[in-house]
Amino acid sequence: MSDCFINGIASISAQPTTDPNTFLDEIIHYQESIFKAHDPNYKEYIKPAAMRRMSKSVKMGVTASSIALNNSGVEIPDAIITGTGMGCKQDSEKFLENILHNDEQFLTPTLFIQSTHNTVGGQIALGLGCKAYNVTYVQGSASFESSVMDAKLMLSEEPEKNILVGGIDEVAKNSTMLHKLDGQIKADPIDVINLLKSNTPGTVTSEGSTFMVLGANKVERSIAKIVDIETISRGGIEDVSIAITSLIARHNMKIDDLDAVVLGNNGDINFDLYYKNLQNSVFSETEQLCYKHLTGDYPVASGFGFWLGCKIFETNNAPDILKVNDITAKKYENILLYNQYLGKNHSIVLLQRC
Amino acid sequence: MNKGIAITGMGIISSIGNTVEENLTALKTVSPGISRIQMLKTRHSEEIMVGEIKKTNNDLEKELGLDPLHSFSRTALIGTIAAKEALENANITDVNKYRTGFVSGTSVGGMDTTEKYYLDYTETEEHRRYIQAQHAGYTTQSISDYLGINGYVSTISTACSSAANAIMLGARMIQAGKIDRMIVGGTDALSKFTINGFGTLMILSDSECTPFDDDRKGLNLGEAAAFLVLESDAVVEKENKKVVGRVAGWANANDAYHQTASSSDGEGAYLAMKKALKVAGMTPVNIDYVNAHGTATPNNDLSEGVAMTRIFGEEDTPLFSSTKAFTGHTLAAAGSVEAVYSLLSLRENLIFPNLNFKTKMKEFSLVPQTELVSKEMKTILSNSFGFGGNCSTLIFTK
Repeated sequence: MSDCFINGIASISAQPTTDPNTFLDEIIHYQESIFKAHDPNYKEYIKPAAMRRMSKSVKMGVTASSIALNNSGVEIPDAIITGTGMGCKQDSEKFLENILHNDEQFLTPTLFIQSTHNTVGGQIALGLGCKAYNVTYVQGSASFESSVMDAKLMLSEEPEKNILVGGIDEVAKNSTMLHKLDGQIKADPIDVINLLKSNTPGTVTSEGSTFMVLGANKVERSIAKIVDIETISRGGIEDVSIAITSLIARHNMKIDDLDAVVLGNNGDINFDLYYKNLQNSVFSETEQLCYKHLTGDYPVASGFGFWLGCKIFETNNAPDILKVNDITAKKYENILLYNQYLGKNHSIVLLQRC
Repeated sequence: MNKGIAITGMGIISSIGNTVEENLTALKTVSPGISRIQMLKTRHSEEIMVGEIKKTNNDLEKELGLDPLHSFSRTALIGTIAAKEALENANITDVNKYRTGFVSGTSVGGMDTTEKYYLDYTETEEHRRYIQAQHAGYTTQSISDYLGINGYVSTISTACSSAANAIMLGARMIQAGKIDRMIVGGTDALSKFTINGFGTLMILSDSECTPFDDDRKGLNLGEAAAFLVLESDAVVEKENKKVVGRVAGWANANDAYHQTASSSDGEGAYLAMKKALKVAGMTPVNIDYVNAHGTATPNNDLSEGVAMTRIFGEEDTPLFSSTKAFTGHTLAAAGSVEAVYSLLSLRENLIFPNLNFKTKMKEFSLVPQTELVSKEMKTILSNSFGFGGNCSTLIFTK
């Protein structure tokens, strides 16, 4: 069984997270329940002619993947694996609305071509001229983790590979609004920084992209080792607790060996119970960190947790804005990530410092 | 040679039948399922031919015994029917007896319900349960929840190669010992979204499609779901399971040529076939028959044909056919639909014909198998290609 190391990582989110020299030093406060990504200067990464045709997802994905590849020193990866919960929603929505409003007439192919879930993976391959393995996972809040699991499996089969893995999700005007109608997003405007104390149903949403370059060998640039990763489609509060404990035990570790846990609390009073239970039991003596009051929640938001873990290892510091209890770890060697959405698509990830 | 991963069950619903045996009967009696569209309202109904399952959503939900307030899209309904048959076919009663996972391929997920209700969500509260149901992962979980599979569940969406990639993932996970049993395949229902999408690309045929014919005009869309049960040899041995066939080779490559078109030298397809042979530990002469992707678009059949001549040699290409003229192009499900057909070919020693072929293509001398023919076969190669340059190949053995 080969190891799996993160040899480069980049994240675009609602916060300024692409400058390698800062770590959440400056925080943007949002006052609405749907907000956009903080855009890096895409022109630095994409030629203007190509950019004109790109949707937001493609721009974010191409840019984040380009930074991650650059960080890792890998030029052309040996596989491209992407995850997205909702795909290229903006183009899908426009194509759908054109169909419905114009009674299936006067349609053009561009929106349809760019609407498929694998558009970003395909565009990255095209841009790099990369003919290798290329797959897209679409499994709600476990989309990013599904991609990482495939990459980890591939490294066990072919350890010489460098694998580009990433997640992308974008906000689309009307389809995102629909999530207000069905209660996934909070109805009223909210000071997002206070999200975790909202005590109301629903969450807030945004968009972003995290990409990593994974390899089986530890190299100088290696930031973290992905020791283990698991997804659970459906499970109760107790099932999650058991799954976490047994994952830790599989690696001959105890909960005490975890220096920090990064949790996906999203301020939804009905489903934060999954986290609260762990916070008050197994993790009561562990430093607890949350981030969705900065980034919002969207299917691949959990990719941001990987980025956080790597940043914490790199800087040996967890910014105060992330802390939700009074415990501060003495060192950061092992970090556990746990995330779920509406009680489904749970993911558990164990990261270890390199 | 790679011994491969055991396939112990299969299930399918398509325009030529509601079960595996019904599909076999239609293939054997050469009864294609291409017709005008009836179940779905579209202004293009008189312009296109499709492979449509002639059952209403109401029929399907009754068969499954669903609560009337369910949130299954048509994609989820047909997916559940096929996955349920696959489990029954594999004689699995306790799905959680072993570590069992579920991976489905779909292109548009629950778009069929979204396009029905999108404009009235603000008005009609009772339809809002379908808002989440648009998402591909939700479709998959509707099926896995119905089957009671709660652990590893995922969805692959690589357009028309999705199900082939799902089968590949299942085989790899079992081979690596990550899991004991995987239910893998794909499902896609017809939707206005795809009909109009392919319509704008001008690749829909107004008559029955003619794969690999020089005068081919485009594809017929179809709807279908098909799933295979893959099990580890340890489970097969312990349960004394009957093995339907094995998946022995798999590969995925990217054409990296254009977002929707395939390259004229078929590079992606060539790489996928080449690597699948390598994984299987085989050479081209081991392949007895190719179940081609053969969508009948000018672009696909040329690209795939060229790739086959590169792999096998123009004179030495084995018997091949596309079964798309039976079912239509069932998009994300195509890879698993054709996996079921390949397994039936191996079981029955029959090659199912490439219908509607008249004229050999100018670019090469390849001619598909146009009659139902009996042939002793050990190994079948099956191709699936999709938008985004995605090319996948699977190799099945007896």
